[in-house]
Amino acid sequence: MHADNRSNNTKLVCRNVWKLFGENATQFLAGFSERAPELKDVTNAGLIGAVQNCNMEVHDGEIFVIMGLSGSGKSTLLRLLSRLIEPTAGEIYFNGEDLAALSKKRMIEIRRHNMGMVFQQFALLPHLTVMGNVAFPLEVQGVARAERENKALEMIELVGLKGRESYYPNELSGGQQQRVGIARSLAVEPDLWFLDEPFSALDPLIRREMQDEFLRLQKLLHKTIVFVTHDFDEAIRLGDRIAIMKDGRIDQIGTAEELIVDPATDYVKEFTKNIPREKVLTLTSIMQPVDSNLTLGDSYSADTKVSEITQVLYNSNQPIRVTNQTGETIGMVDRESVVKILMSGEH
Amino acid sequence: MLKPNGNLPSRFNNRIYLLLWSALIAVTAWMMYLGKSEIKWAFKVPRELRLNLKGYISDFMDWLINTADLGLFSFYELTRGISWLLEKPLDFATGILATGLMSGEGSSAIQLTPPLSWLAVIVALVMLGRYARDWKLAAFVGACFAYLAFFGQWQSAMVTLSSIIIAVPLGVIGGLLLGIAAYRWRWFEKVITPVLDLMQTVPVFAYLVPILFLFGFGPVAAMIATIIYAMPPMVRVTILSLKQVPDQFLDLGNVVGCTDLQMLRKVLLPSAMPSLMVGVNQVIMLSLNMVIIASMIGAGGLGYDVLTALRRLDIGSGVESGLAIVVLAIALDRLSQAFALHRDQVHVGNSSQSLFSRHAYTWSCLLILGVITVIGLFIPALQQFPESWSLTTGQFWDDLVKFINVNYFDQLEAFKVFILLNILVPLKRFLLSLPWPMVVLAVGLAGYQLGGWRLAVLTTLLSLFCALVGLWDKTMVTVYLCGISVIFAAIFGIITGVIAAENPRFGRVVEIVIDTLQTLPSFVYLMPVVMLFRVGDFAAMIAVIAYSIAPAIRYTLHGIRQVDPQLIEAGIVSGCTPWQILTKIKMKMAFPEIMLGINQTVMLALSMLVITALVGTRELGQEVYIALTKADVGKGIVAGLCVAFIAIITDRLINAAVSKSKKRLGLTV
Repeated sequence: MHADNRSNNTKLVCRNVWKLFGENATQFLAGFSERAPELKDVTNAGLIGAVQNCNMEVHDGEIFVIMGLSGSGKSTLLRLLSRLIEPTAGEIYFNGEDLAALSKKRMIEIRRHNMGMVFQQFALLPHLTVMGNVAFPLEVQGVARAERENKALEMIELVGLKGRESYYPNELSGGQQQRVGIARSLAVEPDLWFLDEPFSALDPLIRREMQDEFLRLQKLLHKTIVFVTHDFDEAIRLGDRIAIMKDGRIDQIGTAEELIVDPATDYVKEFTKNIPREKVLTLTSIMQPVDSNLTLGDSYSADTKVSEITQVLYNSNQPIRVTNQTGETIGMVDRESVVKILMSGEH
Repeated sequence: MLKPNGNLPSRFNNRIYLLLWSALIAVTAWMMYLGKSEIKWAFKVPRELRLNLKGYISDFMDWLINTADLGLFSFYELTRGISWLLEKPLDFATGILATGLMSGEGSSAIQLTPPLSWLAVIVALVMLGRYARDWKLAAFVGACFAYLAFFGQWQSAMVTLSSIIIAVPLGVIGGLLLGIAAYRWRWFEKVITPVLDLMQTVPVFAYLVPILFLFGFGPVAAMIATIIYAMPPMVRVTILSLKQVPDQFLDLGNVVGCTDLQMLRKVLLPSAMPSLMVGVNQVIMLSLNMVIIASMIGAGGLGYDVLTALRRLDIGSGVESGLAIVVLAIALDRLSQAFALHRDQVHVGNSSQSLFSRHAYTWSCLLILGVITVIGLFIPALQQFPESWSLTTGQFWDDLVKFINVNYFDQLEAFKVFILLNILVPLKRFLLSLPWPMVVLAVGLAGYQLGGWRLAVLTTLLSLFCALVGLWDKTMVTVYLCGISVIFAAIFGIITGVIAAENPRFGRVVEIVIDTLQTLPSFVYLMPVVMLFRVGDFAAMIAVIAYSIAPAIRYTLHGIRQVDPQLIEAGIVSGCTPWQILTKIKMKMAFPEIMLGINQTVMLALSMLVITALVGTRELGQEVYIALTKADVGKGIVAGLCVAFIAIITDRLINAAVSKSKKRLGLTV
């Protein structure tokens, strides 16, 4: 699933992006021509490094999750990507255009047609109805009333709120409000979709439901998504690739599996420790070369999750066969390796 | 939390302050002992030191009016132009509501159309009340205006109302624009904030003087004064409510690609609307207050009626007009508050209805108004309220006053004389006998002790100003009258507040009473006081206490109510008696809040005190009042500034004390 996305074009590129707060932040960065400043350099200079030296690429059609605890700089990074705030240094390319260098007019243009954003606290304008809120981005563009209301209606239907068009935000539950927020962000048919902790303000059960809803929408729409969360489980559930942030820096970027199998730092390891591996790891990361002395059982494709074959191996002691997309045998998985995975979370 | 060393020197400091204060008192006593004959300069500001500020200001104003040229036109033409611009809508509103539209000038004018039928106006207001909240409010507003009609106040009330109808939108729009500019440009906010501070502390009379000078005598000048007076709170509310718009809405506006104007119109203003409406309510109430006071420079209507009644000491008709103002104020307040809280946030059917059915209410209102107006053309009783229907209570009030004076004169007089002789006069004499340099020093020292160098410099300079412009004695009389009124207001206010906080039922009653008290224009307070105590310092003091007591009560009530319940529980658990809980926990914790209330009380007292010049006090207010009657701008402004400076000094000192004690109590500042 991830592999095919990666070959596609990159939508959004971040190069050496900095956001420093404090006096003389620009001069401070200019002073480092040989090497990039370390965390301690920033602290010693008395600056607050909200985002430090970030490099990342978001591919077309993928869900890119930025994960970090509060104060890690994840929301700041998102705001830099949408240029709600200006970076202290670095370049951000969207479809090949450097956002930081764009004129105000062109930026407004891009925001009106290419970007959508969902907010943590929903940001529904209290004086507008559901219809008014969803149609708001189109109204700002100057789309005629009938046309924008048609489009809005379509979006409202898409998120399952049909019949509530004339309700005001205060008449809706939290989950419904965020559906409105999602509908609004999709109304302009953006190619880049930002979600800033969209489900954090919701109750756990509703959150789960909204995550499913989100995946359903993405299956339909295939947007390029930057999704910010502080919840590692959510990151794993939703993200094609995940960037882990700490103290304004990206510790590691990778698929959930890559993070678990090969954590770059102790910090990343700490997060992955309690994740049930069998639900994340695929057969690719645990298979062994085929031992020709053994008879192999049923065939499974390499991207099958370990959790899906535990029952099979429990029922029979034959190792299973692992195949690639074209059906060739590329390895095998036996009971022992699965048990290892199942037990690895507990040390 | 104690910082290392943070608390060590304070003990030492306290001792130094004690020493300094004792020295100050000793020197003062010594100076007073020497007396005027030995050191004249300490009691009368020497001529060489005096600033002829009022002369400069008057000269400047003369220059403005007579010679100032702005290129295309002169300054004089500018002011006339503004007057002319404002005169048209005001004439139109007065025409519609009170006099009928006129053609021609003065006595030769011919009435083109009669004014709106009184019934139509009442019905319109009732429907407005129904729209803003419910039938209950509608009935209340209707009753208020029916009162105006039945008690013969209709004509004057409509003149006042038409000034308000024109002044309020202008004040609101002006305030909005300035507020938006201050929100948009930091430097503009920095410039405008001290101006607003000053405008809100300068007494109302002081506004009137330059306006009288620039715009002449008449309703337009009065309205300009009204707009200027009512605008500052709107500016403040606008800045504050725009700043309070949550960041997420700004982000949203940016993400969907709003231009600056769209951001303002579609995001900022609508989401700030509820708090902006609070500002509108304030503008309405302040406009009403000012329109009444501005009767001194030619606003007609209810204020003029009260003023003439005051001048003639015609208690009956004065009280009647005063009550009409009260009724008008309460009705407008409730109505505008209902609009402030009114939010159409429950969905109603489909949005795809026809224009008519969506606005059915508005259409039917207009229809009813039209019908009444047309019928009014044929039935005069609907057009103009028939005099034979109207009631008057004037005689009743006259009789009441007579009755009080016949039966209780001795008691009232004895009370008045007792307070005068034992408290007011000695205090006044004492304050007037203090050497001015020592008072200035004392104010400066207090500033240093409470707030450090900057505050010390500010308070010293401001009090020095009062001395150097040659108004020291009047300043002292102002301080004395204001001080004694505030002390009484604080004592009664805090006691009432405490009782109200301890006894919820009494608390509710008190809250309704102070809400109402605060909506009444300051002018109104003079009537009953004059009725009972005639003129003089004592009457003024009572009026000031009545006008300024509300915040003392409100803040005490609020301060005690918001004491952390855990602290009270801790008190109960440790075995405190209710009295101990009150004195040792609640009052201690509520102290900063109560002080803020006292601060408000001081501000209100000063603004009322100036108005009591009308009942014969001899302080700065009288100075302004005299300036007003002579159109002496310099004198008026300088005296007004002195009042403002007294207000600023007290405000800064109290605030410094409050933040000190809040820090000590560990409450967030």
